[in-house]
Amino acid sequence: MSQGPVTSPGPVTSPDPVTSPDPVTSPGTAGHRAVAAVEHAVKGPVFDCRMCGQCVLHSTGMTCPMTCPKTLRNGPCGGVREDGRCEVDPSMRCVWLRAFERSRRLPWRGHFTDLRPPVDNRLAGSSSWINLLTGRDRRTPPGWQP
Amino acid sequence: MRFDELVRSGGPVVTAEFPVVDTDMAALVRHADRLRGWADAVNVTDNTAAHAHASNVAVAVALRGLGLEPIMQVACRDKNRLALQADIVGAALHGVRAVCCLTGDDVTAGDEPQARRVFDLDGPQLIRVACALAEGRYLSGRAIDPAPELLVGAVENPGAPPYSHRVDRAAKKIRAGARFLQLQICYHPDRLAAFMAGAARAGLTSRAAFLPTICLVKGAGGLRFMNEKVPGISVPAETIDRVEKAADPSRAAYELALAQAGHALSLPGVRGLHLVDFRGGDAVPRLLSDLRISRRLTA
Repeated sequence: MSQGPVTSPGPVTSPDPVTSPDPVTSPGTAGHRAVAAVEHAVKGPVFDCRMCGQCVLHSTGMTCPMTCPKTLRNGPCGGVREDGRCEVDPSMRCVWLRAFERSRRLPWRGHFTDLRPPVDNRLAGSSSWINLLTGRDRRTPPGWQP
Repeated sequence: MRFDELVRSGGPVVTAEFPVVDTDMAALVRHADRLRGWADAVNVTDNTAAHAHASNVAVAVALRGLGLEPIMQVACRDKNRLALQADIVGAALHGVRAVCCLTGDDVTAGDEPQARRVFDLDGPQLIRVACALAEGRYLSGRAIDPAPELLVGAVENPGAPPYSHRVDRAAKKIRAGARFLQLQICYHPDRLAAFMAGAARAGLTSRAAFLPTICLVKGAGGLRFMNEKVPGISVPAETIDRVEKAADPSRAAYELALAQAGHALSLPGVRGLHLVDFRGGDAVPRLLSDLRISRRLTA
């Protein structure tokens, strides 16, 4: 007796490719954690790095966008104060104003206006160095690309 | 003509901010009657100035039912990417076509500064995500069938630092898919003029409808409030003084708005205005009439 068509549980999205756990590049492994610790020790004091795991410092005037209280990745919000201070924390200068000024001194300043994709929150705390090497930091959801 | 068709047609556009409502449906109907026929579409705010109110989706759906064309503002402050997409798609289910994507004021600007700020997406990312919805897929890539009919817009503030970057930021939003840009009220005409000149030079004004905001306030108090309390707005002291010391401050405030509107409309690439009316009564029709902008008067 026919049971009719099997009902699909829903459209299949593109799952993240399953990779064999590499002792260094796979997040969560001891090797990855060690590299992340070194990265944080270097970038923390210099850039106030928040270890988002998908570093964009090169395109933001070497200024960490995760230090913006709104964690904006695509430029200054409309609330920047007249004197350049932050809308949220008036004791600090707008992170993006600083990023804008610094980026103008860099040879690759054209990247400042790149549209940066949403943060992959799964990468928080992991090493952006490793994620850069493996390409993991450039993986975006399928719906992001026009 | 539908608002999305009007924006795409290249014709003049007038939008207006719909006043905040909470639970008074009669007030909502009254405001809708007041604005009907004068604005091509009305902005429904999303917890404006970080104060909780009746939701953007609920009000937009109600206005659609009353025959107005809502522009549903969607802010990134209160919801993550799942909830933002759900709101846009859910409103589209009820015929809400126009969405205006903004980052949003911080929670510290509101009356519940204890709240957790979200900002899972930022304004430009939300524009791209809304465009993906219009193309028939969620951010995950999962299909939406049929795709919602959406016109995606955004905001920009020509009057906030870094001034020389604001055109590039508008360009980024247009590249992300914004087809109209409502500009924050700007009490520095030189900044607005420089911004529009830059936008026209960059070819942006043919790709999106630029709509400078004009605020109709009752007097100097409204100007002072904006200067002190609204993030990203600065009102020069001499402008506040001029209104305050006028023989008729209410009239002076109106004339300030009229002069701002006339200046904005004289700039290259400006397609129309976005009106925010704190005066009530006949302020919107009076302004449009004084600007010789004819609107349809059908109910």
